[in-house]
Amino acid sequence: MIPLNYYLILSGILFAIGTAGIFLRRNLITMLLSVEIMLNAVNLTFVAVGRYRGTVDGQIITFFVMTVAAAEAAVGLALVISLFRHRETLSPDAFTALKW
Amino acid sequence: MDVNALAFYVFAAITILASLGVVGQRNPMYSVMLLITSFGALAGLYVLLDAPFTAVTQIIIYAGAIMVLFLFVVMLLNVPREEPGLPGVLGALGTRGMQIGAVLSLVLGIEIVWALSRVGLGWFGQDAAATSVSSVTLIGKSLFTRHAFAFEATSILILVAMVGAVVIARRER
Repeated sequence: MIPLNYYLILSGILFAIGTAGIFLRRNLITMLLSVEIMLNAVNLTFVAVGRYRGTVDGQIITFFVMTVAAAEAAVGLALVISLFRHRETLSPDAFTALKW
Repeated sequence: MDVNALAFYVFAAITILASLGVVGQRNPMYSVMLLITSFGALAGLYVLLDAPFTAVTQIIIYAGAIMVLFLFVVMLLNVPREEPGLPGVLGALGTRGMQIGAVLSLVLGIEIVWALSRVGLGWFGQDAAATSVSSVTLIGKSLFTRHAFAFEATSILILVAMVGAVVIARRER
């Protein structure tokens, strides 16, 4: 059986990749996709730890995370559409109206 | 090497490579497609973890619903490709701030991997590998009894998100 550490390390790598995506990409849609990668890394941790503890709680939390991800995607994409309508671009550098 | 270990390495490699592809190139269309690949491999990992119901949910909800939503928006907006960064090898990474961010996230990754590699099973209680967690009956019972409040709160959350998305994306006149 695969040790738990392998799953945890894999999910850590995925989380770091998602963080790098937030920093590296200048495109609101790809940044949202990076957030999804990070959410999935956390999901993998929950399922793996739940499996090794022998409870279903990890999977149940995963379902709640998926629900929150769906809500986040819906609202986030609505925001993206609304922003694109105003500025005709998706670069986050274009939206500085709240910058002091 | 037994079949389980081989499957783990294959799925893990697909997940990591596809995720790197998502953040590594400039066309959002390809990013969405690669992310669907990554989620498929993650579903395979869930099967290895004795969680087939979660694997199916992952494919239906994530790859099926959420990613289609992303795909819709990418096609609807007809997003232009990202502008290239500064010239030079480092310039491919983008501006100075983005390079610092990339280094910081690399450091974060090394830290997380270092910390997690020393976590043992003892930190999470007994190794109950004999207990099966794959039963949908168990999941349903736990979801509707112990986690009933969170379940109901989730329905409110979805309602709020739905109304919010409609209000935000509406064309004001």
